Amino acid sequence: MISIADKIATMWPEITLFIGTCIVMVLGLSSKLVMRKACSPVAGLSLIIAGLLALQNDDAVGVMPYLMPYAKALIAGVGLLLLMLLAGTVDRDQEMRIAGGAAFNPLSSTRAEFYAFFLFSLTGLMLCTGAEDLIWLFLALELTSLPTYIMVTISTSRSRGQEAGIKYFFLGALGAAIFLYGFALLYGGTGTTNLVEMQTQFAQGQINTIAMLGLILSVIGVSFKIAAVPMHFYTADVYQGAAAPVSAFLAFVPKAAGFFAIMLLVSTVGWNQGVAGGLPEPLHATLWMMAVATMTLGNVLALLQHSVKRMLAYSSIAHSGYMLVGVIAGPGETGSGSLGFVGNGLAAVLFYLFSYGVMNLGVFAVVACLEKTGDSGERVEAEQVGDLQGLIRTKPLLAVVLTICAFSLLGLPPMLGFFGKLPLFTSGIRAGEIPLVVILGLNSAIAAFYYLRLVKAAIIDEPAPNAEPLVSTPFGARTLAAGLSAAGVVVFIVLAGPVMRSSERAAVVRDVSALEVHDLADGQNAVPVAVND
Amino acid sequence: MILLGLILVPIVFALCVWALPESRAKVVAVIGSLVPLAMGVIAVVQFNWDMPEQFWLGKTITWLEPMGLELSVGVDSVSLFLILLTLLLGPICVLCSFTAIEHRLKTYYGWLLVLQGAMVGVFAARDLVFFYTCFEFTLVPMYVLINIYGSTNRKKAATKFFLYTFTGSVIALAGLVYVVWFSAKETGLWSLDIGVLATTARGMPLGQQTLVMTALLLGFAVKVPLFPFHTWLPLAHTEAPTAGSVILAGVLLKLGTYGIYRFVLGFTPLAVVEHAGVIAVLAIVGILYAGLICWVQTDVKKLVAYSSVSHLGFCVLGLVALNAAGINGAVLYMINHGLSTGALFLLIGMVYERYHTRSMKELGGLASKMPIWATFMVFFVMASVGLPGLNGFVSEFLTILGTFQASNAWSGLPGSTPGVLGPWFAAFAGVGMIIAAMYLLIMVGKVVFGPLVEPANHDDAHSKLPVDLNAREIGILLPLAGACLWLGVYPAPVLRTLEAPVQVTVDRFQMILAQKQADEGESVRVSVVPASAPEEEGETP
Repeated sequence: MISIADKIATMWPEITLFIGTCIVMVLGLSSKLVMRKACSPVAGLSLIIAGLLALQNDDAVGVMPYLMPYAKALIAGVGLLLLMLLAGTVDRDQEMRIAGGAAFNPLSSTRAEFYAFFLFSLTGLMLCTGAEDLIWLFLALELTSLPTYIMVTISTSRSRGQEAGIKYFFLGALGAAIFLYGFALLYGGTGTTNLVEMQTQFAQGQINTIAMLGLILSVIGVSFKIAAVPMHFYTADVYQGAAAPVSAFLAFVPKAAGFFAIMLLVSTVGWNQGVAGGLPEPLHATLWMMAVATMTLGNVLALLQHSVKRMLAYSSIAHSGYMLVGVIAGPGETGSGSLGFVGNGLAAVLFYLFSYGVMNLGVFAVVACLEKTGDSGERVEAEQVGDLQGLIRTKPLLAVVLTICAFSLLGLPPMLGFFGKLPLFTSGIRAGEIPLVVILGLNSAIAAFYYLRLVKAAIIDEPAPNAEPLVSTPFGARTLAAGLSAAGVVVFIVLAGPVMRSSERAAVVRDVSALEVHDLADGQNAVPVAVND
Repeated sequence: MILLGLILVPIVFALCVWALPESRAKVVAVIGSLVPLAMGVIAVVQFNWDMPEQFWLGKTITWLEPMGLELSVGVDSVSLFLILLTLLLGPICVLCSFTAIEHRLKTYYGWLLVLQGAMVGVFAARDLVFFYTCFEFTLVPMYVLINIYGSTNRKKAATKFFLYTFTGSVIALAGLVYVVWFSAKETGLWSLDIGVLATTARGMPLGQQTLVMTALLLGFAVKVPLFPFHTWLPLAHTEAPTAGSVILAGVLLKLGTYGIYRFVLGFTPLAVVEHAGVIAVLAIVGILYAGLICWVQTDVKKLVAYSSVSHLGFCVLGLVALNAAGINGAVLYMINHGLSTGALFLLIGMVYERYHTRSMKELGGLASKMPIWATFMVFFVMASVGLPGLNGFVSEFLTILGTFQASNAWSGLPGSTPGVLGPWFAAFAGVGMIIAAMYLLIMVGKVVFGPLVEPANHDDAHSKLPVDLNAREIGILLPLAGACLWLGVYPAPVLRTLEAPVQVTVDRFQMILAQKQADEGESVRVSVVPASAPEEEGETP
């Protein structure tokens, strides 16, 4: 057990982001253009520093002691790409008016809030990874989510964005209520809010019905964040309503938060509780059904979509289902009998989060880079699959990015997505979940259908003769984000080894099997001390 | 190193094609397909022909260390011959497209070269995931080729092709991963080396082997295609551009039979022995059913497409005969079918370029107008039918001989080996040969001989091509014809080198079969009394 001062020592990345947030909030309201423009570089700089700081710290904390360095570096890295992609999302009209001679009106400017909330959300996500306590976890999850509601709402000037924001907020509140209820029951069942202490109790065999119910409710509630069935209903509408860069943000940040939270919560009971090892039966059944329903429903509904954003929304649901397979499989044995990375389901999830973060962003970036003239003359996103026809002729770079990322998302070897999916396969088989792995395989095949449609529109079809010509958005950073994510998908085919190794290390779950009874007693005594500090 | 070169060189040339202007695409593609062919000749020289059952020219580079993934290559004589077939068809496919493909040349030749590299990778891979990577990646170029350059129904054909084979291979992947996991559990080492995996996989109990075999077969049977998974093939073949059909028939279908040979026979021998009969029945149904379909086709290309289903049935039948004649014949069949059916697709493509139709109703008696073309057509049809003296005969005869011999019930016959097939299977397959002769000869009779029939609105002046074949087209066909003749007249050197690796597989199966025969003999004697008792009980009420 560590003191609060030690705890703060693990939080320098979050503190950096918070400082960045404060600076951005002031900068964004400056009347000087150059100061306002400094918002995103400052945010980027704080992300880079936070990422570097995260790699420095290697203190063992909580039930997944080494999760923080990998997870925080991952958040900083993908966050940086997201930041590039978010360029120009807000205040575009106003900046154009100012360029035309109008005065800066701080009241109608949303730039400061937008970047501040962006950083806040990432701060919350980083805090999730180091959570040791239910209260902490709850606050971190809310800090991740609350800014996203506002980001969705202000991301477009259209009413659709506001509708999406409201929907997202109310359903998010429902999800939060459910997992808060679960947390309360967990506390009721164990008498503690501390995850480490909970894990110790569970390891001694004290899992009562209330605690189990609490755990299941928590997992279901948190599954709102990962958009898993049955908490997936908001996804398509919200992704479609928000501007494409914000949708990309939603597809990664809350999902990552949800998976960190689920992994931490499930780690408390561990994977050696069931009849034949594995998760305790009620939790296993819940997760199993969730995984199957999530990947199947997500993929089938994605088949029916004509809007790229809606299709990606449903496919992001399906990807959550894939990752749940890794959660069910768990870390496997440690030590000499272990298969290492390939047998470790949690490492598979962590690595998949990385590959998903990179490749999914690429597809969203392509959508964010393209505009067409809408019915009433204003610029709208070219988000229909049909709009992408013949992209290879008009915007070859974007077409190549789309092709690489879509093939990667569908898990076609040798793209990065394949090497993300393979450990889910292997760890699932290691855990004896053969039906689940077969369902995962069949779902990959269903997914091929709609990803192929994207590729076909982009590189095979000829442009429709009377189609609106597509225009690039005037933000180089978005194209850069697209290019970088496609390059990432290709480069990490060769260089993913170190990332896999660090994800394996991050997936270590605190070992309770070796604890003697008196160690456990010590651990329990230490808790009040730590809290009183 | 030369094998990795064979995979990478075409891909590098493909990048060149994409980087250079459209006018250079053809030249770069020709060089990009001829260089690997030359390298293939070097590989033949470097290969150790004294021990063709071993894997030579190997090279291993660590790829993703945490997954145990390695870029590992190596070939035995079976793989080497299939690679040579691929390399030979490469320049032919490039050359046959010069006049047929008129738009988006960069895309076309680039993907054609990428496909070339991926196919060589499948045959050369010694690492399971590397194998699977190449196996799957062949889908993308083929999908693009059919989808952009095919005929009217191309989009549906391409999508069906991709989804059908992708679904099959994902299930096969589950089976392969299971084998890897089993091997890791047994040996304590996570290895993706195909040799290591094969050794441990054979130790799996029958139940698990059956599961794995089913998964693998689902993947490979789609690719072969084995009845009833063949429905994607006629569409894809018919709609594909000529070069696409040649590669599909010549090499891509062989990925399926090669997969069965290397993985199904190599990994799960117990299950194969147990279920060889079922697979053989599927193969024979395919032979007869597809043959009958061929009979009623009016589209020449569709006819040849269905004939592939029928012919590959022989190949699978030979593989599950599990004796020397059968498997040798099947491996040789892979090469022969690639040569003769590839050539038939080329010939049909040449007519299509001139007449823009493939219908037997609109074409007839072309011998009088295109004598050179007609000569080649008759030659390759004869090779395909299995005329003694040409290549098809040797392999078809061997597969049927193998099927005939592989029977426990007829063990008194000279030359018979333990097995589950036998003369009945051979008889039905033989009927398939007769049907094949019928539909192919009817087709030749209509299209080549008889009174001249041309499409109503046909006008020679519109075509840039001469009436009969030009030098380029003859040049494409001659090497194939030469290979067909050589493998027909004097197949001994090729067969001899194929025999060694095949014999290793055959010995393993013969041992299992003999063991099984002995066991069954015992169990029959033991189970006579208990088996009869419940029967009587059942009858009394």
